[in-house]
Amino acid sequence: MYKYDQYDQQMVDTRVEEFRDQTARRLAGKISEDQFKPLRLTNGLYLQLHAYMLRVAIPYGTLDSRQMHALADIADRYDRGYGHFTTRQNIQYNWIKLAEAPDLLADLAKVEMHAIQTSGNCIRNISSDHFAGAAADELVDPRPYAELLRQWSSFHPEFSYLPRKFKIAVIASDTDRAAMKLHDIGIQIVERDDALGAAFYVGGGMGRTPMVAPSIRDFVPLDQLVTYSEACLRVYNRYGRRDNKYKARIKILVHELGAEEYARQVEEEFAHLLGQGVEPPLAELERIKTYFADPAFQDASNDTIDRSDPDFALWVDRNTVPHKREGYVSAVISLKPVGGIPGDATARQMHVMAELAKSYSFDELRVMHTQNIVLPHVRKAQLYTLWQTLEAEGMGAPNLDTIEDIIACPGLDYCSLANARSIPVAQKISERFAETGKTAELGELKLKISGCINACGHHHAGHIGILGVDKKGTENYQLLLGGSEAADTSLGKITGPGFSEDGIVDAVEKATDVYLRERSDGERFLDTYRRIGMEPFKEALYG
Amino acid sequence: MAELIRYRDDEAVDHPAVTVDSFLDQSNANAVRVEPGDDARALIPHLTQLKLVEVNFPAFGDGRGYSSARILREAGYTGELRAVGDVLVDQVAYMRRCGFDAFEPDAALDPGDLAAALDRWPEVYQPTGDGRQPIWSKRHA
Ligand code: SF4
Repeated sequence: MYKYDQYDQQMVDTRVEEFRDQTARRLAGKISEDQFKPLRLTNGLYLQLHAYMLRVAIPYGTLDSRQMHALADIADRYDRGYGHFTTRQNIQYNWIKLAEAPDLLADLAKVEMHAIQTSGNCIRNISSDHFAGAAADELVDPRPYAELLRQWSSFHPEFSYLPRKFKIAVIASDTDRAAMKLHDIGIQIVERDDALGAAFYVGGGMGRTPMVAPSIRDFVPLDQLVTYSEACLRVYNRYGRRDNKYKARIKILVHELGAEEYARQVEEEFAHLLGQGVEPPLAELERIKTYFADPAFQDASNDTIDRSDPDFALWVDRNTVPHKREGYVSAVISLKPVGGIPGDATARQMHVMAELAKSYSFDELRVMHTQNIVLPHVRKAQLYTLWQTLEAEGMGAPNLDTIEDIIACPGLDYCSLANARSIPVAQKISERFAETGKTAELGELKLKISGCINACGHHHAGHIGILGVDKKGTENYQLLLGGSEAADTSLGKITGPGFSEDGIVDAVEKATDVYLRERSDGERFLDTYRRIGMEPFKEALYG
Repeated sequence: MAELIRYRDDEAVDHPAVTVDSFLDQSNANAVRVEPGDDARALIPHLTQLKLVEVNFPAFGDGRGYSSARILREAGYTGELRAVGDVLVDQVAYMRRCGFDAFEPDAALDPGDLAAALDRWPEVYQPTGDGRQPIWSKRHA
């Protein structure tokens, strides 16, 4: 895991002092709320319906037990004893007081954490593959590249007032676990002629105009990665639309110019910037890489899993993922208990997860964009003990990638932009399917809910998506089918007229019934939908 | 109009700047004003003739002027680069990093806050042409 040196530490410490000063000037009335807003946003502080929400960055979703303990302490000290893990691999606290925010940031800085650029029109926290360093199929660990870009993008003076927010994801395997092509920039580390480089996809995104990012360049040499990124950003900063907030994301620029023309402009800027010395030496990348070396894996090739406890066996089947090392797995802690709030964890649960990471996973945890937590490197022989603790703490739900593993945005319960509530819908759906026992039968089924068109719950990318809309002052829900965020990225289509809160739960069940009736061997919901199309579903829903 | 804050020793240009369009037309002016939508690169053939480039920030949240500034400095412009308009004390440090060496904000900046802001950051992550050594370069010195 990356460790700050004196420079990194100084940067976050300076930032805390800067924000303390800015907050004091705001509280003294020296700066207006309008002027303060971008300053607090760039420190992760949103004004929500009931209070301030603070979003803490968890760079590329990786953290250690000390940091997880600190997040738990913050939940107790500044919030109401819980935190909410987000689809951007961050954590949010919903009940923060402005005057206390600088102290909170200071507490974070003590454990090498921050809330820098987790909001606002700047380059956001960089996300990555939650199985990085553990996945059997990765070319290399993508996180060193993400860290290199984190440092480059932090406090970048030219790109702090972009037309709109800017999200970057970095992966290094063909299986895309980070929805890379639904980011402003998606980077895949690839190999060509025995050399590593980066493939750039630019202009993807969700929101009201969802787009899958087109390829802009299939190979950027590693010693030009920062320079090329800077060129992409400069073209966007200069020409991205600023006349209409809803057309300001880079996807609109790329779409309006055409991918080819955007790429040409980037090439021009890139050629120019190559002479400006903005690229760190490869030695810097090598320095960062040393922090991501494999932990001291043991010889676990003789480890076996005792499957005599059926509940445990089910959890193993659902919630563990193959590992590159024999005898190890990555274990997923579900933050989706039936009827619970997706992604929420109590301070106590966070402490427990931290201890488990220390005991069983080389002191490492990951936040998944599906709002679960991964223990990346667990010996098979230790799984049973691990699972017993999870069960006892309400974190043993065996439902990874099932219909109960719902992604939901905060929605109208917290978010000032929301049209409808997301959380109760998620709760009702997971309860319904747990009750009918259909979860297991349905297998892999990704359901995602957003409370408005901004799509924080990634509803376009769900096999089943739900979008909250406002229909003459009442909450209404549209149903979408056929989205995917994996390597076969696709965007879901709306089935037709929307449903009430209870109606949408029934509609989801009807859609799954069509699948169960129509599926052929081995087909997932998504496969069946792609084969038979929308019609049979429409008939069942509206016929 | 608040006072002019300058971080240069030479004499300030004392006449108004012309728009980019009229500068490109008449071309004997030595002071030009770049609006957010102007292409700063259009000035590159004429840099030696220019003593003052004003970059206007009609609203502080429009960050195009930061790129304009860097583009001019990267092209070798050494004259005065002045940020004018909605320039706030919490923006000046980044503006300095992008090459601005003069400020003419609509509303006066508190001198104490300004000094604190410019003094704040002992280290920087990126080279931006302002001569400051980035952290990566110190790490591998
Ligand atoms: S999708 Fe809409 S309702 Fe949900 S968190 Fe985002 S902005 Fe708020």
